[in-house]
Amino acid sequence: MATTLSHPETAPAYTAPRAITIAILAMGGEGGGVLADWIVDLAENSGYLAQTTSVPGVAQRTGSTIYYVELFPADAAAKAGKDPVLALMPVPGEVDIVIASELMEAGRAITRGLVTPDRTTFIASTNRVYSMTEKIAMGDGRVDAESFVRAGKAAASKFIYQDFSRIAEESRSVISATLFGALAGSGRLPFHRGQFELAIRSSGISVESSLKAFNAGLEAATQAETSPAAAPQAESLSAPAPGRALQSLAAEISRNFPAASHAVLLAAIQRLADYQDVAYASEFLKKLEPILLLETQRQKTSGDNDSRVLTETARYLALWMSYEDAIRVADLKIRRTRFDRVQSDVRMKPGQLLQIREFLHPRVEEFADIMPAGLGAWMLRTQWTRNLINRLNRKGKVLQTTSLSGFLQLYLVAGLRRWRKGSLRFRRETARMDRWLAIIRELIPADYAFAAEVAESPRLVKGYGDTYALGSRNFDLLMGAVPELRKRENPATALKRLRDAAWSDDTGKALDDAILEFKP
Amino acid sequence: MAERFFKKEVQQLYLGDGREFRGEGILAVTKALLQSGISYVAGYQGAPISHLMDVLTDANDILMELGVHFEHSASEATAAATLAASVNYPLRGAVTFKSTVGTNVASDALANLASGGVTGGALIIVGEDYGEGSSIMQERSHAFAMKSQIWLLDPRPNLPSIVQAVEQGFALSEASNSPVMLELRIRACHVHGRFTAKDNIRPKFTLKDAMENPVRDASRVVLPPGSFLHEHEKIQKRWPAAVKYIRENQLNEFFAENAQDFGIILQGGMYNTTIRALELLGLSNAFGETDVPLYVLNVTYPLIDEEVVRFCSGKRAVLIIEEGQPDFIEQNLNSILRKAGETAKIHGKDVLPMAGEYTAAAITKGILKFVEQVAPAMINHPHLPTVVKPLATGPSDPLPIVQSQVQPRPPSFCTGCPERPIFTALKLVEKEIGPHHVASDIGCHLFSILPPFNLGAHTMGYGLGWASAAAFNTPETSKRTISFMGDGGFWHNGLTSGVGNAVFNQTDSVLVVVDNSYTAATGGQDILSSKASNPIRTTRLSIADAVRGVGVKWVKTISRTYDVDAVREVFREALTTKEKGPKVIVAQSECALNEQRRLKPLVKKQLDEGQRVVRERFGVDPETCTGDHSCIRLSGCPSLTIQPNPDPLRKDPVATVVDSCIGCGVCGEVAHAARLCPSFFRADIVSNPSAWDRFKARIRNGLIAIMQRRIHRRLAQITG
Repeated sequence: MATTLSHPETAPAYTAPRAITIAILAMGGEGGGVLADWIVDLAENSGYLAQTTSVPGVAQRTGSTIYYVELFPADAAAKAGKDPVLALMPVPGEVDIVIASELMEAGRAITRGLVTPDRTTFIASTNRVYSMTEKIAMGDGRVDAESFVRAGKAAASKFIYQDFSRIAEESRSVISATLFGALAGSGRLPFHRGQFELAIRSSGISVESSLKAFNAGLEAATQAETSPAAAPQAESLSAPAPGRALQSLAAEISRNFPAASHAVLLAAIQRLADYQDVAYASEFLKKLEPILLLETQRQKTSGDNDSRVLTETARYLALWMSYEDAIRVADLKIRRTRFDRVQSDVRMKPGQLLQIREFLHPRVEEFADIMPAGLGAWMLRTQWTRNLINRLNRKGKVLQTTSLSGFLQLYLVAGLRRWRKGSLRFRRETARMDRWLAIIRELIPADYAFAAEVAESPRLVKGYGDTYALGSRNFDLLMGAVPELRKRENPATALKRLRDAAWSDDTGKALDDAILEFKP
Repeated sequence: MAERFFKKEVQQLYLGDGREFRGEGILAVTKALLQSGISYVAGYQGAPISHLMDVLTDANDILMELGVHFEHSASEATAAATLAASVNYPLRGAVTFKSTVGTNVASDALANLASGGVTGGALIIVGEDYGEGSSIMQERSHAFAMKSQIWLLDPRPNLPSIVQAVEQGFALSEASNSPVMLELRIRACHVHGRFTAKDNIRPKFTLKDAMENPVRDASRVVLPPGSFLHEHEKIQKRWPAAVKYIRENQLNEFFAENAQDFGIILQGGMYNTTIRALELLGLSNAFGETDVPLYVLNVTYPLIDEEVVRFCSGKRAVLIIEEGQPDFIEQNLNSILRKAGETAKIHGKDVLPMAGEYTAAAITKGILKFVEQVAPAMINHPHLPTVVKPLATGPSDPLPIVQSQVQPRPPSFCTGCPERPIFTALKLVEKEIGPHHVASDIGCHLFSILPPFNLGAHTMGYGLGWASAAAFNTPETSKRTISFMGDGGFWHNGLTSGVGNAVFNQTDSVLVVVDNSYTAATGGQDILSSKASNPIRTTRLSIADAVRGVGVKWVKTISRTYDVDAVREVFREALTTKEKGPKVIVAQSECALNEQRRLKPLVKKQLDEGQRVVRERFGVDPETCTGDHSCIRLSGCPSLTIQPNPDPLRKDPVATVVDSCIGCGVCGEVAHAARLCPSFFRADIVSNPSAWDRFKARIRNGLIAIMQRRIHRRLAQITG
């Protein structure tokens, strides 16, 4: 056999001509296959030989999938009089173009070594499709999305990142079309725009919307590097400006409270006035005054101007004071702003009508919560009332808020706001939050870091029904452990550890085990 | 009705002599079967050969024209037994299934077939589900070939080689009176490529001829003394015949045979990756013009001793690239060379990994190690490819951070999957009456073992869910086990291995048959209990009737699994009733993927015609959601996810329903059944509303707007 290889000592490792290599990382059902097919079609109609393959299998059910494409110039093959031998899987370090349909999949491409600075054009969509681990966390389980972008910049020769998913949605199309546009925009393939468009046209499916998305993707890719909107949005903490009725409280905040706490406090008074009334917002500031005083004293003696205990206490106090009872839920469900939001979420088009149905299934406890304290306590104590309510309420209720009767029912429940301060739950929550505030007051001068952890602890209490019951129980266990924790070294870290334990397991067992150590 | 339609692609099956065929590997195999003049083909679906079954289904008209009978076999055992048609008659036939799992099921029939031998060509096309993308235990089909003496083809993964392997496979089978197994790896099945077609052949001797002129030969039946004779015949007649055919027809290939005093022997399936590795190391070009001698085993069993000796003689060392373990070929090579007195040293699993897929990285590293030992001067060190270089990690290297942030993304239940609420209900009932031993099966329902459900202790094979709980049958406890089985597994063997077994052995446990109208996990093929009518198959048979037919008294059918409350109720009853004996719950709802595929075009048509259409989808109010995510822990639906909390005071993300929601209703049912949270709502979007709709809406909206204005007057004071 005649070989045309030159001597290895003098030749570069890779002898031309060689294949253009493209890896596509997507999730099952996302159209990675469509994208690969378009690329094959594009190449075959533009003087290239193309080979694509994949390992879809069971990963088609929403799992991570990789498609691999190689393109080879047909004229080079003709000149050699032989077909090239194309590979069926990417070699780390030898991939010209990597396309990832989501940000964590982009991260996966980097960890697989597919993206290298010497040659890879890396096209990534910055949208997040959260992993199951991120979604099922009891708190915030999201990974650091920004790290993927930083890594992409470091790893690739050219990094094109944009929210191609959003761009596709705006064109009423799918991400494969915007990514195909981005591929055209990257300029990495030796084909011109018309050839790309032809591939979409000849596929014959949703041609118009795909072309629109293709163009949008192409445009976004060519400006990606200068667009600040390309990076995943950082969450901003800003409340709208307080209205007329809250001007004097807002003034009080800016006069008396440290600047670092203003954003939280302004959001808090609006929330509480919305929840109950302006007087209630003013009570909130009253409850905070002792904490403010201690914080100020501490700042004077220690010389640092950290006010995080005050800020976090304010945050969780405001959330606690606006606990979610049936009145609050009804109140939020009937607002015009909510109707508007649902309309935009479901992408209503002109001429369509919308009906909203709520899925409600309160327990006896939730009924008792909004009763006058005496009546509520009696309801819970008395077995026959419990049984009666349970029997009447065995099945959940579906209530159509957009119907008159449904709206009126919720409107009436929301109207109970006026009597909320006499309700069973109001009494209970007020007593509990006062005990929590007392612990913080005691700890600020003694152990500031520990006080901060205690201030953060109500974050555990969330939800409704059993979820609320579990959160409350976990919180009570933590607060119960405070005296014992104070005797130990580093109580702040220990409390944080307990909170993490509470968050690691929704049966409560992990916390039960962890807290054994701190039983007196 | 399968997940993918090949109606357009199968038109290529008509291509005549000299025309260029372009398409997927699996479609090329179908074309090759028709070019080989087969009389029958059968199989059982499963990745990576599901598409082959789907292509055949869509090609049924073409098959009929050529007089080819095609069956969706009840199982791989059925498929393999179908090859009995080639025992007595000169009929060519092929069967296909996923391997090694399908081969396990088929092995009884395969062993019988291989013992008596065949007259007509018998080809077993196995999709080797090994390495990345695989969903089964990591084993080799090679062992089956060896134990039953079935010749094993492992062609180079390009379309012309695959097509040629099919054609040669039949001829080899006939020349040696032995069945032949064609092994195709996942990527080869899905590879898009081209080859030059030939005309299809209608068999000269047909099924009709065989049925009208039956023949028998008692010596072909596996019963003493025949069975003893078969073993000798295998060694004395069939093996030499196979070797002769393989040599004479040059099924194995030599490249640059004498270019060096060392070389590489490789499985045909490893060829493309090996060439790429050599190319990267500067030892080949892109056209496979290699500097290193290659002996490509397109037939990996049997090895041809003379060819091995010819290739190895005069060589110092030879590397064998053999994926998977045990290292059958490497052992065999050593034995052949030792007996021949050859001195070439065999390398293999010493420089390549013993276990795991032979990726491009693994092979490149392995070849580099080998060449560095035998001919270091050929390695151009300054120009080594990235993949063999040590990772240069500096303080600014982003890799460690990214690695810690990338989480696995295993497959899971699709949006709107009807199987999800079954596990939600089981989770809820376990909250009440404690955990149970849960036996899983093969199918989409196996995703229950993953978060968020974390249910299921083992899986022992397709349809063996209930069988795998058989030992837990003791009067010493009143606690019952729960087993799962899909409708696919049920008809595959579960009806006898599970249900019949439980009745006969008087078990007191619970079986859930997940009846979603298709073999959903393999791509939505029809089975006996499918709801759809299928022109070439009998469907719409009842699983509950079948179960009663083998003697189960306690049978409950849930006709809508989305009713979480009802499913929970049935679970509770099955687990706590005083009634002893086997209990079967048939949980029915159509696979959402297939349902959507069926409904989408209908809805689009209705919309285009201006008909009133109501689209349902769910949503979560971010104002009332507190970000605990219990709803997600009870569902795991891809449409139910999280988003940043719009509330400036809250830190944890809230739940949200994205627009891919198909309104299956589980979110609402879960909110009700688990008394979770009032944040879920269902939005009904009415397109092309009637005049009455519009009139009602005008009145309602008007009155509601008056009340809303009152609310917002108050709120306007609070927020500017």
